[in-house]
Amino acid sequence: MERQTVIEMRNITKRFPGIVANDAVNLQVRQGEIHALLGENGAGKSTLMNVLFGLYQPDEGDIYIRGEKVEITDPNVANDLGIGMVHQHFMLIDTFTVAQNIILGSEPKKKGWRIDYNKSVEEIQQLSEKYGLRVDPHAKIKDISVGMQQRVEILKILYRGADILIFDEPTAVLTPQEIQELITIFKNLVKEGKTILLITHKLKEIMATCDRVTIIRRGKVIDGSLEVSQTTPDELAAKMVGKEVKFKVDKKDAVPGHPVLSVKHVTAYDNRGIKKLNDISFEVKAGEILGIAGVDGNGQSELIDVISGLRPVASGEILLMDRPIHHLSPRKISERGVGHIPEDRQKRGLILDFSIAENMVLKNYHQPEFSNRGFLNYKKVREHAARLIAEFDIRTPDESVKAGALSGGNQQKVIIAREVNHNPDLLIAAQPTRGLDVGAIEFVHRRLVEQRDKKKAVLLISLDLDELLNLSDRIAVLYEGQIVGIVDPRETNEKDLGLMMSGGKTNSGSWGA
Amino acid sequence: MNKVIRIFIKDSTLIPVISIVLGLLIGALIMLLGAYNPIRAYASLIEKAFGDLYSIGETIRQITPLIFTGLSVAFAFRIGLFNIGAEGQFIIGSVTAAFVGIQFDLPWYIHVPFAVVAGGIAGGLWGSLAGLLKVYRGVHEVIATIMLNWIALYLSNYIVKFFLIEPGQQRSRILSDSSWLSSSWLSQLFDGARIHYGILLGLICTFLFYVILWKTRQGYELRAVGYNPDASEYAGIHVKKNIVRSMMVSGVFAGLGGASEVLGVFHYQTIHSVFPGHGFEGIAVALLGGNTAVGTILGAVLFGVLTFGATGMKFGAGVPIEIINIVIALVIFFVAASGLVKAIIDKVKKKIISGGSSLPTSQDWKKGV
Repeated sequence: MERQTVIEMRNITKRFPGIVANDAVNLQVRQGEIHALLGENGAGKSTLMNVLFGLYQPDEGDIYIRGEKVEITDPNVANDLGIGMVHQHFMLIDTFTVAQNIILGSEPKKKGWRIDYNKSVEEIQQLSEKYGLRVDPHAKIKDISVGMQQRVEILKILYRGADILIFDEPTAVLTPQEIQELITIFKNLVKEGKTILLITHKLKEIMATCDRVTIIRRGKVIDGSLEVSQTTPDELAAKMVGKEVKFKVDKKDAVPGHPVLSVKHVTAYDNRGIKKLNDISFEVKAGEILGIAGVDGNGQSELIDVISGLRPVASGEILLMDRPIHHLSPRKISERGVGHIPEDRQKRGLILDFSIAENMVLKNYHQPEFSNRGFLNYKKVREHAARLIAEFDIRTPDESVKAGALSGGNQQKVIIAREVNHNPDLLIAAQPTRGLDVGAIEFVHRRLVEQRDKKKAVLLISLDLDELLNLSDRIAVLYEGQIVGIVDPRETNEKDLGLMMSGGKTNSGSWGA
Repeated sequence: MNKVIRIFIKDSTLIPVISIVLGLLIGALIMLLGAYNPIRAYASLIEKAFGDLYSIGETIRQITPLIFTGLSVAFAFRIGLFNIGAEGQFIIGSVTAAFVGIQFDLPWYIHVPFAVVAGGIAGGLWGSLAGLLKVYRGVHEVIATIMLNWIALYLSNYIVKFFLIEPGQQRSRILSDSSWLSSSWLSQLFDGARIHYGILLGLICTFLFYVILWKTRQGYELRAVGYNPDASEYAGIHVKKNIVRSMMVSGVFAGLGGASEVLGVFHYQTIHSVFPGHGFEGIAVALLGGNTAVGTILGAVLFGVLTFGATGMKFGAGVPIEIINIVIALVIFFVAASGLVKAIIDKVKKKIISGGSSLPTSQDWKKGV
């Protein structure tokens, strides 16, 4: 059955000075399908969607919605055409309730001026039931999980009558369980006749949800409207990157040595005073990658913070090479030999307004190599950066470029270069590949394994189970601030891990083994 | 050559320049509404500010304190702090310098540096109070510095009244001339204008401002904290210490300004019923100068010329002095509303582009293309 084409973008070209972001791109999306737009970071996906949503005007080309030629001059026009977009970063007001956020801008009125909250709550409940989007209309945004917030965003555009929904990297912030739920929501939406356009670079999701996929590379369509059922993840990856990509990391068996990091009976609290680490104990040995699995919010952030000295330990102790470090400052801990790839690279890992060179010395600018009698030797700083840029293949014109101007993958390379260059005994890698494309992920994984093979200890904290199963030599499962089990990745699978992560099953036979 | 052009088409340069032009143009419109002749008004403003040696000397005198307070505000801004308190730090600096100037009798080569340094240190301590309150008590620096301004004002009045008063006057005794920053030689060079060596001190401070921020380890830390405190903490930089230090340095600049004003121009400290206002003007100077060293000087020059030249407008074209305040307010308005100016710039650039040339638009600059 051939379905009607709802979106057709013909020969869209969008130029920025020095770069052609979209080069005669064609996109056809059919009524009631889930269509993926696949491409690496910087391939031109977002530009294309911003053109469709009215944020950019194309230099050339036409857009047809339901067969009619349209000029989408701004997002309001897109709204009127029934196009809604769920952005990667949510646009919600924290202190407002779910219902208030959903109706914001198109409030139902009583007697012409009073907001009719009862009516809006009713309408929202109807929408929720219809599409299986369970939310509490009276809850405040700041009190609900990220997954819930995303549902609010979806409801917001449905409430405005959208029937073409664009999702920009919707799973980047979700836990595996939430991803499953989102996929169910997608199916419900499509069943009700909505059309979904999914921007992503995650192949697994495309295979699991989408009907067709359009692949963009460097602003050009490589393959338009490929049937997902006719393809494989390998083919998709190769087309996206332009070369063969290895998913499995090649690694030899681990030869674990002496313990590098010992966490002993550590308890710690979060900023609101809630106990987040509850008498937790484990070890990371030289020459191994210990993965920490767990649903987001079970103490991962606090664990990283106490080890790196950013959060005080309430009780217990942390030893690095048999010497206590839990009372030391972040700088002292770093100097003792702990590298740290932080989970939020833009908030913690980099100073975006600093140049690459300045970022490269963030941890050791004070050492005699760069500092002399209070003055910083910027020449040395630049040379140091130039060397690392070459060594880690960071794509940038030169070291004076601001970190904020780099792509996500290159930003992560800057951090990894800085942290690995210290040659630390322990490397903490928190969500090291979040938001990166396939090529960059491969790079990061290779570097982590390299550290391990150099007889260093690596602590990998990730929400991506594939990554944990692929890279780790042992996986410890974190649940409500405790390690509920340590498993061998070769003897477990995603389903078992998922169960343990939700507290369903414990495997306490191998504590710190 | 290309590099020079780039500096001029950069937004950070273009926006203030266009803001100034817009401010002057709208000011002219307002004069026209009042049936004044704007061309004559601006001509007499320039004439007043640069017409003869005396005017030039007085204009420089007007510019001098603005350099100090501009640097003070700009420095704190670099660390992400809004120092409204340059006013109070300026007053504390001047009263301390006056105290040293009156109560001591020393050879000039000791007395002058002593008074200047005392004023700077006092201003620095006053500034660091706001930093300490922020770090240890969570008081926002805007609130703390506003309050400290009033405390400084009345503390200064108290010190003058009880220790330094010239009987029968609303001011202190005259500072002993061994502490003066002015000299009859310099003054005579400019036909008796009250120009003084404070301007040299101001230029040295501007140089220090640049060196501290861009060449030293401390400056690296300060800028890091200003851009991203979370990443700084992660990197092992002591964020709280740096906040206090930056407020201290910021206060030192303002305090030196106060010292230079009292040692160079007045030679006595008055009992103020209102704020002298140099600190508040410093906010505008820093804003206009984009918190850079050179920008601060240029901003101070502009405001100094406008405020001093304004008296000329009255004599030359009959325009009330207040008009110049409108012009200054308009300039600040356009710098603050830089989005508006940017939109105008982009429109003009687009026209140029369609005319064949290819200047990048401001949005592209932001992306670093």
